[in-house]
Amino acid sequence: MIAVAGAASRHAGVLAGVVGCAALAAWEVMARAGLLAPLLFPAPSVIAWKVAALAGSGELARQTGATLSRMSLGLVLGGVPGAAAGLAMGSSRRLRVLLDPIVAALHPVPKIALLPLVMIAFGIGEASKIVVIAVSAFFPMLIGAMAGVRQISPIHFEVARSCGASRVKVLTRVVLPGSLPLLIAGTRLALNTALLLTMAVELVLTQNGLGSMIWMAWQTLRVEQLYASLIVVSALGWFFNTVLERLAARLAPWHA
Amino acid sequence: MGFRCRQIGKVYPTGDGGVRALEDVTFSVAPEEFVSIVGPSGCGKTTLLKIIAGLIAPTSGTVEFPDGANGDRPRTALVFQEHGLFPWMTVLDNVAFGLEMRGVARPERSERARAFIEKVGLAPFARSHPHELSAGMQQRVGIVRAFVSNPRVLLMDEPFGSLDAQTRLVLQDELLRIWKDDRKVVIHVTHDIEEAVRLGDRVLVMTGRPGHILEEIAIPLDRPRDSSGGIAPQVAEIRWHIWKILESDVRKGLWIPE
Repeated sequence: MIAVAGAASRHAGVLAGVVGCAALAAWEVMARAGLLAPLLFPAPSVIAWKVAALAGSGELARQTGATLSRMSLGLVLGGVPGAAAGLAMGSSRRLRVLLDPIVAALHPVPKIALLPLVMIAFGIGEASKIVVIAVSAFFPMLIGAMAGVRQISPIHFEVARSCGASRVKVLTRVVLPGSLPLLIAGTRLALNTALLLTMAVELVLTQNGLGSMIWMAWQTLRVEQLYASLIVVSALGWFFNTVLERLAARLAPWHA
Repeated sequence: MGFRCRQIGKVYPTGDGGVRALEDVTFSVAPEEFVSIVGPSGCGKTTLLKIIAGLIAPTSGTVEFPDGANGDRPRTALVFQEHGLFPWMTVLDNVAFGLEMRGVARPERSERARAFIEKVGLAPFARSHPHELSAGMQQRVGIVRAFVSNPRVLLMDEPFGSLDAQTRLVLQDELLRIWKDDRKVVIHVTHDIEEAVRLGDRVLVMTGRPGHILEEIAIPLDRPRDSSGGIAPQVAEIRWHIWKILESDVRKGLWIPE
């Protein structure tokens, strides 16, 4: 059964590759024949050249680096406290009763809308951008961690208690590994949100990063550069999701 | 003496006075005795087991363990119906968990755990995770995990309840085999009357609302308690006797008139 399913998904993968290549080829031919508006759909080969040129000049690496450092700083500053708060709330009913309404009220607030307020508090420099990204990463991480602890079977806590486990041992041997699958899922959500917010602040506020590159390309109507930046941003998103998915399968194989 | 339960009562508080889960449960257990507690769902068997394990406190009464010099033996170890194993640990780490919690160093606890894993023939799976094992194999791991920490009392809560009937029979014999090599007090809770009579030196029959012991039946039969035609006639007789005690209680619970 597994072999059959594997072969089927491989076939589907090959098919998707063929269809994708055919679509690209058709796009190329139509663009060269002048059937597509060049401002909206420059030929794929032109975009590919642009990516190569930007990569060769070091421009792409510089901008990607700026985006990544901004995003990861926000992710760590928001995600780590989020995970800690989520684990604590998942473990303590009292804490949950106290804080859950606050989380429920704040979580749906679109974080980008907080930016002006955050700039009043943290100034117009880099700090306020990091803070907004951190706040956006905080909530998905908190909710993932809390759900992770809550879905651990009560029996596992009883086993630990009946064996005389200390609080530290309960944390390291039950709470952390038991909540790991949803912690990783929370990290994925936090990463996606952080990337989204990074793009948002870079589009409007910063002089560097992939978001600012996209904005500059729009302002100067360099469509192929716009596409090139979009491709890199998409690749980043795809890469992070794939890595975390693999990581979850590797670290939590029991959680199919 | 193994240990003694004296007039144990448990009331779960509710708005109108509380639910009486257990009332006046008193019995004592001899060293190395295998006691089965049988009764319908909701009769308080599991509550009683958790009180003996010290996981919940009784509202009244006491569980008395004799003072012994064997201070580094845990009083109790539990075997659960299912989901008792940690899915994120290997079989070896699961079995060694109790020893780890008692501060036994890794080489020693691995060695002791390995010996028990071998005893039930699961050595090739020591590095596997529980989800790679069948339900019956997982339950054997759960049983040896309880044995390996060498508790004074082994508490089993419907240990075979989630297994199919054939697997259950085989694992009952497997449990007896391990226990014969390594005798300790066993309190075995089940709703399967035949299982209780096949395994126990003594059967405590419980009914609910509130949970209490209706009758104690000694089973003075040698094991295995089978004959060529299946279970031994004496076992069938006792099973019938217990069923007659429980039947009206079960019918009442289901609102089926007699």
